[in-house]
Amino acid sequence: MENVEKEPLLSAKNIKLLTNPLGHDNPITVQVLGICSALAVTVKMKPALVMAISVTLVVALANLIIAMMRKSIPGRIRIIVQLVVIATLVIIVDQFLKAFAFDVSKQLSVFVGLIITNCILMGRLEAFAMANDPWPSFLDGLGNGAGYGLILVIVSFFRELLGSGTVMGYQVMEKIGFYKTGYEDNGMMILPPMALIVVGIIIWVQRSRNKSLIETR
Amino acid sequence: MKDFSNKYIFIFSVVMVVSVAILLSLTALLLQPTQEKNVEVEKKMNILSSINVTSTKIDAVTLYDRYIRESFVINTGGKHIEGVDAFTVSLRAEHKKPEEEQYLPVFTAVMDNGDTLHIFPLEGKGLWGPIWGYVSLKPDMNTIAGVTFDHKGETPGLGAEINTTPFESQFLEKSIYEDGRFVSVAVIKGVADKSDRHEVDGISGGTITSKALEAMLRDGLIKYEKYFNDNRK
Repeated sequence: MENVEKEPLLSAKNIKLLTNPLGHDNPITVQVLGICSALAVTVKMKPALVMAISVTLVVALANLIIAMMRKSIPGRIRIIVQLVVIATLVIIVDQFLKAFAFDVSKQLSVFVGLIITNCILMGRLEAFAMANDPWPSFLDGLGNGAGYGLILVIVSFFRELLGSGTVMGYQVMEKIGFYKTGYEDNGMMILPPMALIVVGIIIWVQRSRNKSLIETR
Repeated sequence: MKDFSNKYIFIFSVVMVVSVAILLSLTALLLQPTQEKNVEVEKKMNILSSINVTSTKIDAVTLYDRYIRESFVINTGGKHIEGVDAFTVSLRAEHKKPEEEQYLPVFTAVMDNGDTLHIFPLEGKGLWGPIWGYVSLKPDMNTIAGVTFDHKGETPGLGAEINTTPFESQFLEKSIYEDGRFVSVAVIKGVADKSDRHEVDGISGGTITSKALEAMLRDGLIKYEKYFNDNRK
């Protein structure tokens, strides 16, 4: 390590850690992690946004902490250690939301606690933070959280717009006057299966534009 | 990854668990007063909202003191029970007691136009967790002056919609009595008959929560029947 030249904080490699998960290494559409919560909290945009921010915060900090501790974590209990770190962070986030963002915390209710079971977190800790320095791990966490959040926001935008006719709670469809033309909200959009279908469409669009993502047999 | 001895692993786990425990207890302890304040303010906002007074986190306490005139606890026989603070009664704990021993909180509010409204708290089980609310009745003890509902963990966008204005405002001017008989207000799956004074639209995709709310309304209000009859004007 001593001989390695110190690389700048935002070197090309580090920037990639941030941007890859947004596109061709997206945790939801490419790694297919964290699908469950993507179905649960994407009915409305506001909870989806807060969820995205909370997950980003937790995965970045967990990556950072695990990367700092990685040399002293015994391999045999590493999964437990990772879980403890994640659970602690999630509980702290939940407590802070309850104290300082009470309304949002009520909207998200159980889903904040369920961040603990989000596969992206354990996935990144095990695959990246256990083998990398704290700073790149932190960036990797931010990138993956943002990649997850991006999909959440896109899915929730379509589900809220087509399902409830609103965007961030604002009555868009009514303001445009769509309802007068006989248009009705599609109730199916607010049911969980439609989240899967929207995610599927995003994956389809992404793969048709980026052929390298298509698995070769 | 180095191979660590059993002793190291043991000490590592103990140190980790103890430090995490201390960290979490400290966070919980330090944030508790703020969280409790939030809960109290929210309860006051809910009560105010059931008498159609819009309040914010900042003015809720002042408005509560201005409108809410009395708060007391009765039993199913309509008798006042002394020495119990209605504001702190937990309905969930009360529901575990036999019906005749339950404390039933009542709040009365005097509005700007001089009308007295009676506010009744409700609590029930939703799809995922508790749901609760407040109903205010006009002095005839029949017409609903306002309602407010809330929930712990109903599905966002579906059952969770019970705490939104479009859903709650349907209850205005509905009545809970039909020819002197208690009938409550039904939450209908699909579209309710607008002219029917005893039904409102349920939430599409949230049928279980809608039905739970209907049950909460019926089972909660019927316990106050004696009070309704004694105080009807």
